[in-house]
Amino acid sequence: MVTDPVLLQTVADLFPNGISRYAAGGLLVGLGTVLIYVGTGIPAGASTFLESTLSYASDQSRFQQYVGSRDWRLVFTAGIILGGLAFAATFQSGLVTSSLYEPGTTGQLYEVAGVTFWTTDVQPWRLFVGGILVGIGTRIGKGCTSGHGVCGVGSASKTSLVGVLTFLTVAIGTAQVVAALGVSP
Amino acid sequence: MSDDRHPLFEPLIFVGGLIFGFGLGFSHMARPEVVLNFLQFDDLGLPFVMFGAAIVSGIAFALLPRIRDAAPLTGTPYERRLKPFDRNVLVGGTVFGVGWGLSGICPGAAYASLGVGNVTILWALAGMFVGAYAQGYWRSQRRARNTAATGAD
Repeated sequence: MVTDPVLLQTVADLFPNGISRYAAGGLLVGLGTVLIYVGTGIPAGASTFLESTLSYASDQSRFQQYVGSRDWRLVFTAGIILGGLAFAATFQSGLVTSSLYEPGTTGQLYEVAGVTFWTTDVQPWRLFVGGILVGIGTRIGKGCTSGHGVCGVGSASKTSLVGVLTFLTVAIGTAQVVAALGVSP
Repeated sequence: MSDDRHPLFEPLIFVGGLIFGFGLGFSHMARPEVVLNFLQFDDLGLPFVMFGAAIVSGIAFALLPRIRDAAPLTGTPYERRLKPFDRNVLVGGTVFGVGWGLSGICPGAAYASLGVGNVTILWALAGMFVGAYAQGYWRSQRRARNTAATGAD
């Protein structure tokens, strides 16, 4: 049987950066979640940190329910930030290479003390306004891409599946409209 | 509560976060451009991150309750992450979706993005705290009003 080269080309166009860096990164994200779950029984999501951290600064009743978990959520988030830094110091800096890792061409690279850092070209107003909506939406909607998308979907939770389908569909629509309006990057 | 916690509780959470953040950096999900490229169908690799992670966690969530009753560091029983479904899931998911589609950033990826050197992401983080505070303030006020109204009856 001969594989159709046109079909192969079409598939390759949909994955210009291959899939290995995405799949390997996803496995690591899952592994981090599993490690925490195995030790503590907690299916950790990233967005509750926003409200739990606000409980240090605000006495609004809504935030008080997170007082018991706010310390470890701070530790979890510090771990995520330093995990990103560890990636920057190794693969992003070219110190470590792997056939699984495909470097990207987006944004701007800059160097500090021998470490290659990266910063986005996406405009600050998009990040800020988008951030506000993400902050409101994830808290009203009970989860984000890690809480619903990883832990919830991993638990085969119907609520999380509906949550993921909702935000994925709306995000695709929004990104298409924003791009069609000529906003870039 | 935190006094009788196992001494390895927070170190384990920290290492879990490290691997989690490293994975977000490695997958380039910490780059808003890459997320936007996926949402615009220019590079369909991104779902491999979320579903790859969900498959790994799904295996653990399914197997662990059969192996042990409770987690060693907390004594918390192994349970699935199930949240009740109501209208909020749709409303919140829609608002989150507009924000994600506009900015290409979600909470976990934003923290990791700061780690890879993306200082501009502080705009998104500031926005997230403003948004989380706004909904918390609104819900606190609403709860206070509801309690007051019931109390008066």
